[in-house]
Amino acid sequence: MSETSPTPSEPAAEEPLAGLVAQFTSPEALKKAAARVRDEGYTRWDAHSPFPVHGIERAMGVRRTILPWLVLGAGISGGMAAILLQWWTNAFDYPHIISGKPLFSLPANIPVTFELIVLLSGLTAFLGNLVLNKLPEFSHATFRSERFRRVTTDGFFISLDATDPKFDEAAARALLESAGAAAVDACRVAAPARLPAVVGWALLVLGVLATLPPVLTLWYRSIPKRSPRIHLIQDMDFQPKYKTQAASPLFADRRAMRPPVEGTVAVGRLREDEYFHFGRTQDGWARSLPMEPTDELIERGRQRFDIYCAVCHGYDGAGGGIVSKRAIERMEPDWATPVSFHSNAVRQQADGQLFHTITGGAGKMPGYAALIEPADRWSIVLYIRALQLSRNAAAGDVPDEIRRRLP
Amino acid sequence: MSSTLAENVDNTTDDPRRRAALVIGRRDYASITDRVCGVAEMPRTPPAWYVLFAFSSLLTAALFASVGYLFVTGVGVWGNNSPVFWGWPIVNFVFWVGIGHAGTLISAILFLFRQRWRTSINRFAEAMTVFAVMCAGLFPAIHIGRVWLVYWLAPYPNQMAVWPNFRSPLLWDVFAVSTYGTVSVLFWYHGMIPDLATLRDRAGGKLRRFFYGLFALGWRGSARQWHRYEVTYLLLAALATPLVLSVHSVVSFDFAVSQLPGWHTTIFPPYFVAGAIFSGFAMVVTLMVPARAVLGLKELVTVRHLDNINKVLLATSWMVAYAYSVEWFMAWYGGSPYERFAFLNRALGPYAWAYAIMVTCNVLVPQLFWFKRCRTTPWIMFVVAVLVNVGMWFERFVIIVGSLSRDFLPSSWGYFRPTPIDVLMLVGSFGMFFTFFLLFLRFLPVVAMAEVKTVVAHDAQNHDS
Repeated sequence: MSETSPTPSEPAAEEPLAGLVAQFTSPEALKKAAARVRDEGYTRWDAHSPFPVHGIERAMGVRRTILPWLVLGAGISGGMAAILLQWWTNAFDYPHIISGKPLFSLPANIPVTFELIVLLSGLTAFLGNLVLNKLPEFSHATFRSERFRRVTTDGFFISLDATDPKFDEAAARALLESAGAAAVDACRVAAPARLPAVVGWALLVLGVLATLPPVLTLWYRSIPKRSPRIHLIQDMDFQPKYKTQAASPLFADRRAMRPPVEGTVAVGRLREDEYFHFGRTQDGWARSLPMEPTDELIERGRQRFDIYCAVCHGYDGAGGGIVSKRAIERMEPDWATPVSFHSNAVRQQADGQLFHTITGGAGKMPGYAALIEPADRWSIVLYIRALQLSRNAAAGDVPDEIRRRLP
Repeated sequence: MSSTLAENVDNTTDDPRRRAALVIGRRDYASITDRVCGVAEMPRTPPAWYVLFAFSSLLTAALFASVGYLFVTGVGVWGNNSPVFWGWPIVNFVFWVGIGHAGTLISAILFLFRQRWRTSINRFAEAMTVFAVMCAGLFPAIHIGRVWLVYWLAPYPNQMAVWPNFRSPLLWDVFAVSTYGTVSVLFWYHGMIPDLATLRDRAGGKLRRFFYGLFALGWRGSARQWHRYEVTYLLLAALATPLVLSVHSVVSFDFAVSQLPGWHTTIFPPYFVAGAIFSGFAMVVTLMVPARAVLGLKELVTVRHLDNINKVLLATSWMVAYAYSVEWFMAWYGGSPYERFAFLNRALGPYAWAYAIMVTCNVLVPQLFWFKRCRTTPWIMFVVAVLVNVGMWFERFVIIVGSLSRDFLPSSWGYFRPTPIDVLMLVGSFGMFFTFFLLFLRFLPVVAMAEVKTVVAHDAQNHDS
């Protein structure tokens, strides 16, 4: 380590005096001397030690720092900012319900609120300490004293600033020596060189230029645009694939979508049986089902009917389904009341025609070919026939054994 | 201050008539500075340092090479696969965050409790915290799949017009770990400013003077500065104390808030915090025992310090043991068959070997610390501490992998197998940790000199009166 020189190195005489530093031997001596300097009425001075000397604040008359209040303010702002952020983002600007919870409820927001309180308070404590202590301060008169370097090892010092209104070199030196100083050094520092004006202008220009990118970004973001906004990461914007109806140089016909080979039939699309698939025979509409009508088929038909038909036509087939009821309630101008299957017009239709209506639709009703398999459409036809019969059957139509069980 | 030679070198016995000395050997201010700064001012770096540094940087390079491989290839380079989607990366994350708890605990909580013995070890433990949090932060960041979109975690106005979901514990984690990292660095650096000024004032070379001067910020040790410095320290300690308890609680929410049996338990926050302190203190012992011997700090970091740390280890070992057993009770008392299965499976299922390692290392081995001989013999405590570190890694493995591999749907059950990349990343993260730690030992004040001096001054006053 570098030992201090026995005599203070005197700088060039033309440099003005910036202050005095006096070394003391112990924390106690420092405290006593600090009280003397305070009582003399000096204001620009300080005591220095390698570790905090307890009670020195009182000896010097240092007021308690306002830092705790700044930190309290930062903590409150951090907490409020966190609550506001979470409310605004999750409950207001982009409301989305998670697990059926309310859009805004405090418990889920406590962790982030707490963390932001601590983060803002911690940053304020750290930076507030630096600002209030006027750090960083890389150049200071006391650093001119070789002896003063021991202050961070084992030296106890008092420094008097020459700008103090009471400062007088001889009197100050006498005071420090009478207060028990082991040594007193004068610190001389030339007035700090001023920066050339060019530097200031250059910094100003640079500062203005530096604001350009964010301003341009904000401007670009605020104007309406037809094309998608530029992403930082364009992951999904460029997808190496052909879209529908796009052209491709790979094929002679320049179509990216390839037509199937001549004569291709998709699975389930082979409709050779006119009767089964279209409900037509050579004599017009088929008058019966292409399969055996069984109880299972009626049951299947009931199930399909309740799923696909009942919402409009009603469970009884009279045309009063819930969709229709609601549309009439709302007086929808375009609503066409579904037909009743019990009307004569429908009762007289052939089975094939009913099948055709389910397949292709009629009037406002869409076709159900895409939703219901042909066999199921036939089962629905059978069930409709059952419904119709239920309203127009004579007692004699019921089989004997069942009729006997009826009340 | 007269230089007193400690008459009683064994400071582990308690004599109720007077306080045991916290620091032994020559106890004047200059010799404390000489001793601590001597470490950073060694004229020639010892060859052993170069060997260790080369080795740890090699591992760090391996870590980043495997991270690069992950980036270009995708998360398939890990063993993560259905149903274990959180494999070693999250185990490593929780492990390192846990290690990072001891530093702030020693700095903040022991400070508030006026435990003056902390002054010799707090700098060291805080450095450990900062480096451990750096290792921890790496893993969730690379675990998100499309790493280049990591900034989506931040709530910033974007062209997609969406915001992150603040109900998600994973987002809480982002805030908790980044706040913890920031405040730990601030706390560490704030405490170091006066000591950096000491190094600046002793620096011989221009380069050293410039850099130490830069980071010392022109500290002059003035009473007005010290006053604000101490208030700041107290404030940071008061802020860091709930923070240190909150961080691992929030990490535990990642699990506890989900519905997986084995994760969905309310005991997790205190259980995780106790485990974090346990593993952090174990890491302090692991690092401190060799460092104090090699760096010649045995008089500042005395056997009494190690004894105290080991007592904390014993106490926290019992806390995790309590958590392990209460989990069993809750599984039985809760009456959920899935919960019961999860815990039976934990101890007797395919990962029974990991559970056995966990219980042996975390509960059985630390019981050695009932014996004073074990608490005060460096090599024994070193072995115990290393085993505790192993056990705590396996605790996270058991919780994460063990629970995930047996979820609700037996058809998706699976057994997790790590890939070489998994192993390389774990080993590499140790490399990164030790690389930073070696740099810290070589260039920064390893003991808080100014704080030790206050302890010495305090001792001297007590002695005089």
